[in-house]
Parts: sequence; structure tokens; C-alpha cells
Amino acid sequence: MWKNFFNSRKNIIFTGIFIGISAAYLQKLGNPPNMGICVACMLRDIAGALGLHRAEVAQYIRPEIIGFILGSLLAALIFKEFKPRAGSAPLVRFVLGFLSMVGALVFLGCPWRTLLRLAGGDGNALFGLAGLIVGIWIGIFFIKSGYNLGRNQRTHQLVGWIMPVIMLGIFLLLIFQPHLSSGAVFFSSKGPGAQHAPIFISLIIAIAIGFLAQRTRFCTVAAVRDAILIKDTYLLTGVVSLLLAALVSNLTLKQFHPGFQGQPIAHNSQLWNFGGMVLAGLAFTLAGGCPGRQLFLSGEGDADAAIFVLGMVVGAGFAHNFATASSPKGPGLWGPASVITGLIVCFIIGFSMSDLGKKQMGDKK
Amino acid sequence: MNQNIDVRGLSCPLPVVAVRNKLLEMEKGILEVLIDTGTSKDNITRMAVNEGWKVVVREENGEYLLTISK
Repeated sequence: MWKNFFNSRKNIIFTGIFIGISAAYLQKLGNPPNMGICVACMLRDIAGALGLHRAEVAQYIRPEIIGFILGSLLAALIFKEFKPRAGSAPLVRFVLGFLSMVGALVFLGCPWRTLLRLAGGDGNALFGLAGLIVGIWIGIFFIKSGYNLGRNQRTHQLVGWIMPVIMLGIFLLLIFQPHLSSGAVFFSSKGPGAQHAPIFISLIIAIAIGFLAQRTRFCTVAAVRDAILIKDTYLLTGVVSLLLAALVSNLTLKQFHPGFQGQPIAHNSQLWNFGGMVLAGLAFTLAGGCPGRQLFLSGEGDADAAIFVLGMVVGAGFAHNFATASSPKGPGLWGPASVITGLIVCFIIGFSMSDLGKKQMGDKK
Repeated sequence: MNQNIDVRGLSCPLPVVAVRNKLLEMEKGILEVLIDTGTSKDNITRMAVNEGWKVVVREENGEYLLTISK
């Protein structure tokens, strides 16, 4: 009975509302503006804390990421869905994770933050949302054309525990904050990286979100994808609930500031807000889900999803080290070029790993 | 004769797309689907029920056998 309890429309709506309210309150409690939760930004901050990039304003070990994975692990263990599996084109998934982060950091946010920016009144996010939908739509074209990364295999229990153990490891780094001669672990003293809610509140809320999202299969990318591809609006109702709950919470907390200019941790170069999220949306769709979903899958033992997440972390390091990430002033020097290159790579992946490529190359299945 | 399809190991949304295509092709009859994740089991069940099919789920050794009929 409990298994079915979570798989109903009212529960996906509850999950969306819980995430929306939580995000607004995490902002109230100290997280950066319109960034109560942002999977891409938070993975980027973790990459910074570990020294994979040196953007001084984006370095913090975000307990939300740790909580998402541990919450999902908990739910998967309780409901007997912890199934270690691996081997579905892991290197391609790493590349897709990398590129999705590059795209997200040109826009400055993942699909979750796209919704939260809108809920905070940031009109620039409309262009990001449009880009995200176009990216997903292109991904659907490849899926309809037989795109397939191949089957995974059941594997040793240990494999499924690697990502949760990594999370426990970085949680210890957050708690003890060791300071090595290299400067690591890095913690921002100014900027968004220095803004955070109390650690244990963030962690507990994130564990609850991870638990609920694992049970309800919450995914922002699949929400749009399934509505278009198989006319199923189950996940979309959750996403709309998130948006509305965050909007109402922001209005209540006086965190709603409508406009395009001077929006927090955002720029108004609309072409690249759009383009960045086309890349991110396409990469997420080709990998099977939004970055939040990849975290939840990592928690239930999916090592391919974990590889995608690690690709995002490395992508964040690259994006800041190679000036592809945007700042509130606008796109980075190599931001536009990285989006175009990323889209070309995604098209090559989509083309060559679908029937389109097989027909062209005479590669029979 | 019952038709069957094995979607184990495929990542989302390929299982639900494969089953949906098969059901559209069959129009009526019985389709047995072998699944290995709860997510695919939920997605396929929801899709099939929404499209007017009856679904019976059997769980064995952490895998699911769905019998979809119309």
C-alpha cells in the first residue's frame, strides 16, 4: 500500500510544493537569492570548495547535495529499490554531465533554479525556460529516432555505495573544515558561496526532498519530456506545484522582485540565457533526467547517473577555469563558443547513438 | 499468443516508449513486460492505464513482470 501511496498525483504535487516552499525558506535562512536550491550551482560550489576551480565567490560544500543523495538512498533502502547497476555508456554520460553544467553555468542555473528564478520575479529566466524546453524537444527528436545509450547491468552492492560514501566524506570536510597548505578546503568569504543556511537545517530538508523525490520520481526534465512524448502530465503537475509554491512563499517572505535588470546571480544577455539552457536541456534529456534526478538515481545505486554527476562537477571546474561560465555582467569570454561546441557534441552523440547514425553508417543492430 | 518485451537495463524514458510503441502496434491483446526498476514499473503502469489497458504487476526477486491486457 505504501508503495502505491507515493505513486499518485497528490504526492507528486505535495513533493513539488515541499520543494518550492523549502527553497524559498532556505533562501530566507541564508542561501543565495533565487538559489534556495540549485543542483548545478551547488555542485559548482562543491567543485570550488575542493579546489577544482578558483572562483572565490563560488566555494562551499553544499549540504543540500549530500542530503539529496542520502535521502534517496534511505528511501531506496526502505522500499527495497536500492539496486546497484552500471555500464550504460558511462563515458558518454560523463560528457553529457560535463556539457550540461557548461550550459547551465552560461544561463546561471539548472532547471530547478530556472523555476526558482521565475518564482522570484527574474524575467530573464523566461529565456532560460524557453531554451530548456527547446533542448528537451530536440532530445525527444533523438529519442523518437531510436536514441539509446544501451542497457546497464546489475553489479556488486559496493558500486551502489560509492556515491553515498563520497557524500559522507565531503560532509566530514564541511563539518571539520580542514585547512591544508594548498588552501583547500576552500570556503568563500564573500559572494554567493558565502551565503548559506545553517548546515543541519539544509541537510535535513534535503534528506526529506531526496526521500520524497526518490519515491515520486520527481524530475523537471522528464516533466516536460513526458508531457510531449507520451502525453503524461504526472511529473509536470509536480513541477508546476513547485513553481507556484515557491512564488507564493516568495510573495509571503517579500522575496519577489519582478524585472529583468539587476536580478541576483543572473545576467540579461537573453540569447545566451536561451542558448545555455538549450544545451543543458538537450544534455539532460540525452542522459535521461534533470540533475536533481541524476542525484536521486545515484542514491538508489545507479552508477551511470553518478558518473553524470561527476561529469557535472568536472564541468563546473572547467567552466570557471576556462572562462565559459557567466557572471552577473554577462557571458564569459568563451561562454558562447562553449555553448555552440557543446551543442555540436550533443548532436553528434544524439545522431550517432540513434537509428539516424546507424542508417548512415550501415551499422546493423 | 502473448507478446513480450524485456526493458531491463534501459534508462528512462526508453522502457515506457518501447512499451507504448508495442501497445500502439498491438491495439489489443496481452503484452508481458519484464522490468527491473520501480520507476519504469510506475511509468509503464501509469501510461498503460491512462491509455485504457489493464495492468497486473507481479514482483519477483527485485524485478517486475507486468501483464498488460485489453
